[in-house]
Amino acid sequence: MNGRGLKRNLTPAKAVSYLVLIAWAVTTIYPFLWVVLNSFREKGLIRQDSFSIPLPGGGFTLDNYRTAMDRFDFGNAYLNSLLVSISVTLVVVVLAGLAAYALVRYQFRGKGVVYSLVMAGMMFPVFSTIIPVFRMEVAWGIASTGNRWLSLLAVILPQIAGNLCFAMIVLMGFIRSVPIELEESAYLDGCSVFQVYFHIIMPAARSSFATVAIFSFLWSYNDLFTQNFFLRFPKEKTITLLLNEISSQAGVNYGLMAAAVVLIVIPVLIVYVLLQKHIIRGLTAGAIKG
Amino acid sequence: MKSTLYRKKWPLLVFLVPALAFLLVFLYYPFVQNIINSMSEISGLGTPSQGMQEPWYANYAALFTDSRLRTAMKNTLILMVCTVVFQVGIALVLALLVDSIRVGAQLFRTLYFFPIVISATALGLMFNLIFLYNGGMVNQLLMGMGVIAENIDWKDQAHFLFTMLLPVMWQYVGFYFVILVTGLNNIPQDLYEAASLDGCTGLSRVRYITLPLLRNVLCTCLVLAITGALKVFDLPWVMFGAGMPREQGWLTGTYMYDQTFNRGNVDYGSAIAMLIVVLGVVLSNVANRVFKPRDDI
Repeated sequence: MNGRGLKRNLTPAKAVSYLVLIAWAVTTIYPFLWVVLNSFREKGLIRQDSFSIPLPGGGFTLDNYRTAMDRFDFGNAYLNSLLVSISVTLVVVVLAGLAAYALVRYQFRGKGVVYSLVMAGMMFPVFSTIIPVFRMEVAWGIASTGNRWLSLLAVILPQIAGNLCFAMIVLMGFIRSVPIELEESAYLDGCSVFQVYFHIIMPAARSSFATVAIFSFLWSYNDLFTQNFFLRFPKEKTITLLLNEISSQAGVNYGLMAAAVVLIVIPVLIVYVLLQKHIIRGLTAGAIKG
Repeated sequence: MKSTLYRKKWPLLVFLVPALAFLLVFLYYPFVQNIINSMSEISGLGTPSQGMQEPWYANYAALFTDSRLRTAMKNTLILMVCTVVFQVGIALVLALLVDSIRVGAQLFRTLYFFPIVISATALGLMFNLIFLYNGGMVNQLLMGMGVIAENIDWKDQAHFLFTMLLPVMWQYVGFYFVILVTGLNNIPQDLYEAASLDGCTGLSRVRYITLPLLRNVLCTCLVLAITGALKVFDLPWVMFGAGMPREQGWLTGTYMYDQTFNRGNVDYGSAIAMLIVVLGVVLSNVANRVFKPRDDI
């Protein structure tokens, strides 16, 4: 990594660096630990003393989790969420990559207009497009049919459109900094534009493709608003909708709420830790390529 | 960029058309429909339009006299300034620091990105527990340290702005952090080596090499921060609901949602959505003018 410039003579500065970094890390972790602790605490004890570690016999209980699991169908909800988010991610990465490449490298009439349209697309709040989209999809016969797969498709389509502009803008930023000479020489060696894209651009911008994929996935997974709009039937419920339902039913049962938050966070956390390795690999690969 | 490779234009069809078709059907067409809605008379989600407004710009005229909208705009602008200064600022500092260390860099990246992974619904519930009046984490902590004598109501008029903005900003620091770290990693190593031969290290290296080379990425962050602030919705919505406390807590996003879905003013909500779009376009264009992204770096 980039440690070479900072040698031993900068040790105090380095100590300060670590202090700052650790301080921020505490703010990102501690609130979650607090919620996890309290999800194991007996009803009513959260308000009196929420900092001690709940021990068996001293307020520790699994009741919150039992209640959550008994009352709600988590497995099905995870399946729905993953189906939606993985489809959205795949389509966004493929379409946005191609389009971003074309917008950076090609000169054509109307390029300015297309660029402005993409920028403008990022400003559209989803509430401003959802009602027309809903009516359109009802007319096509995919929304509000009661068919689980069609309903999921009805969520996937607008979510793809909602993530495309962001993905294109991020990818454009990175493709711009890929040196064009490489592409030129590949072309002179007989590569077609498509080969240039798949063999030069995509590997060079790999880290940013990973970034875009991760964000598309997460935004799709966590997007309460669109899902709430299209998925009305119990068997269509995604995990985010389930959490919303639990929170409206839990009332002042803070333990149940904490347990629900943990149950929703844990699987994402696992996926995240697994994917994180790939992001880091992508990032460092980018650095070596430089 | 006069390249022979890109002289033939037909591949554009393959590259650009699928994405644009998607955007056309699911973004631009509904958006145009939204503009029409903003000038029509629509009194409920499922109800068809009952003709045009009289005059057609009635909803837009109403924007100027709506005091709750003024509150929403004020709060959103505060949020926007805080986003740019603190979110992107903190993220930049953290990214530079992580880039300068070897041990633990990976761990910090993992930790910082973590809040983004969690849905705003879950975070909203979590912060509700944390800022709870009776027995919340913050109140218990401050009491325990003897800083306060009695519980603070974090959602009252004196504190709500802080309570609303802090979680939003906290969550997205990691987002900009990741984008900036990716940008930092794309800076060629030999540049740093050449610079250190010339005696350029530490802060001057940041000032004369890193920041100029990060310009495009920073510009992207700025645009994302501005447009993001205008659209913030779910975290404040889960925590505060409709304009609490006392109509002081509106943001443009929550106000628009409330008008459309709770009050059935679909037409007026559409007009607010238009206002959000126009503000976003104008402000990010200004940002792009000031910090022009450049192709040559």
